[in-house]
Amino acid sequence: MNTLAIHAPVLLVAVPLLGAFAVPLVGKLGRGVRDSFIGLIVAVTAALAGLLAADFFAGSGAPSVYVLGGGGFNLPLPSGMSLPIRIMFEVDGMSAFMTLVTALVTLAGAYFSFSYWRERSGGSMYYSLLMLLTAGIFGMELTGDLFNFFVFLEITSIAACGLVGFRVWLKRSQEAGFKVMTLYTLSGILVLLAVALLYGQHGGLNIAFLAGQIGTLGASIVDKVALGLLLTGLAMKAGAVPLHMWAPDAYGEAPAPTSAVLVVNSQASLYGLFRVLFTLFGVGTALSTNGWILIVFAILTIFVGVTMALVQSDIKRLIAYGAVSQIGYMLLGVGVGLVRRASLLAGGGSLASSAGGLDYGFVAMQGGIFHMLNDAACIGLLFLTTGAVIRASGTRDLNKMGGLAHRMKWTTIFFIIGAFALAGVPPFNGFASKFLIYEASFKLSPFLSVVAILSSIMLLAVFVKAFQGAFLGPKTSLADAGEAPLGMLIPMAVLALVVIAFGLFPGFFVDKIVTPAARALWLGPSEYIGAVLGGG
Amino acid sequence: MNVGNFPFVVAVLLVILGFYALLFKRNLIKMVIGISLVETGVNLFLVMLGYRSGGAAPIYTYANPGERMVLPTPQALTLTSIVIGLATTALLLSFAVFVHRHYGTLDARKIKELRG
Repeated sequence: MNTLAIHAPVLLVAVPLLGAFAVPLVGKLGRGVRDSFIGLIVAVTAALAGLLAADFFAGSGAPSVYVLGGGGFNLPLPSGMSLPIRIMFEVDGMSAFMTLVTALVTLAGAYFSFSYWRERSGGSMYYSLLMLLTAGIFGMELTGDLFNFFVFLEITSIAACGLVGFRVWLKRSQEAGFKVMTLYTLSGILVLLAVALLYGQHGGLNIAFLAGQIGTLGASIVDKVALGLLLTGLAMKAGAVPLHMWAPDAYGEAPAPTSAVLVVNSQASLYGLFRVLFTLFGVGTALSTNGWILIVFAILTIFVGVTMALVQSDIKRLIAYGAVSQIGYMLLGVGVGLVRRASLLAGGGSLASSAGGLDYGFVAMQGGIFHMLNDAACIGLLFLTTGAVIRASGTRDLNKMGGLAHRMKWTTIFFIIGAFALAGVPPFNGFASKFLIYEASFKLSPFLSVVAILSSIMLLAVFVKAFQGAFLGPKTSLADAGEAPLGMLIPMAVLALVVIAFGLFPGFFVDKIVTPAARALWLGPSEYIGAVLGGG
Repeated sequence: MNVGNFPFVVAVLLVILGFYALLFKRNLIKMVIGISLVETGVNLFLVMLGYRSGGAAPIYTYANPGERMVLPTPQALTLTSIVIGLATTALLLSFAVFVHRHYGTLDARKIKELRG
């Protein structure tokens, strides 16, 4: 393990943070200098994420702890108990997996932005916010401390709302900005209250320490209230129905490249939700109830998301509702896994032997987690193509567009790839992960997989409507703009390649990166706790 | 001075007041005030968690020898959360300004372009 890989967790937060505050200064030197600076920072961040993930997935799979300030971190108390005291990052399979997802989308989003903002000057603040958002997302995924998790959550909230309302000259974006910020703040407060309750109960903030306490003492009523608050707050921030009212506004009104990053932001909250359910409260609570709560959220999210997408005539909002519905598939996979895991634990079954990939609970987890990566790639691709389409046609109304396929051949192809992938059509990546979810949730209850499959078919209908409205038909006066510039096409092409690669070789990616991530959650908190409490 | 559970009651009252304003007031500024109140209630709760009657402030040179110092963690948390609250309130208010500029009103019932 080389030095850079050891320090990668903290650098993943520090580099974009430095970039965020340096951009307004570097911007004074001129646009070319600023853009190359941003390109460099984003590329370095992505490379660090790749390095961290490569290093982790090549290793033994045990969680690694990075302590700020180094040295020993377990403070022995006079009573003989010891408390982990320093600020720390903890990387396990799930964190490493999430950094990869984030790096992929932020890279594509940032490079797409260069062409997207070509006509407008003064975009330094935009890039500042984008990098702040990136730093916050990485922080949420890597931190080992519950309060720091809250701080990073608020950083992402503020930066994300700044981006949603960035175009102050647009009426709708300001309304969306206010609404989103209100709900983000509310979810942040719920999380903070939960953190305060857990701190008052156990006297610590380290996730591993708290998980150990809850595991040995059993969850008290205060812990359960905290769990409820965390569930509500994080589900709200992830955009799960019925707490989704901000999500279509945020994705729909934000600048196109940002919408893609906002989806990853929601996924980071989803990661927090899974971390809470599997690690913090992995033992000692009614696991099967938690699982069923996730499944109810999931079914509602899938169904409402798709039905609302059907009636939209605004292309961006249509895709936004599609993005909402996909969060449901991730919740469904992991919820089914949680229910199955609870029944295995209750029956005295061995979790380790079932993690071989045969048990349906584990398959559901693999599907749910794999879908996070797939969704990030194909919804990112769709948002980028939508950005190009809106830029070319000058309108967002599907009824006024048409005939874009004549001039924008590549964009059309990328839109088809993204739409088919999101709707779960083989051989694209959405099918690979959705198939695992259908298969596994059928074992738990056929109803779940019926809803999931039907919604996917409806989603296909939604995209056929969008495709027909925007791309087909005779050439219209709107469609004179021509193909999107190369700076937009290349990020789209990268995401499209990822979509196709994951669709053609799903087995390879599931083995290499998804299984370790699913395993980290499935096996429960003991490894995660051991890495902190057993060390320094 | 022993204050008992009184501050907890105040914290809960603040949170309830805040939620009332957030749910039933239709003026955007009043909604921001509501959020601010909820935040203040939670902050007060955090401070109270760290309060020990008879404890000294955790500043090494200020405490008399033999006096017990309280753990400063909850105070550090509260400070952080106050700063975050300032940022969110500022952002919310600036959105309210821009909403007023575009819509000419702060009434949430009249600001509804984003429905469905």
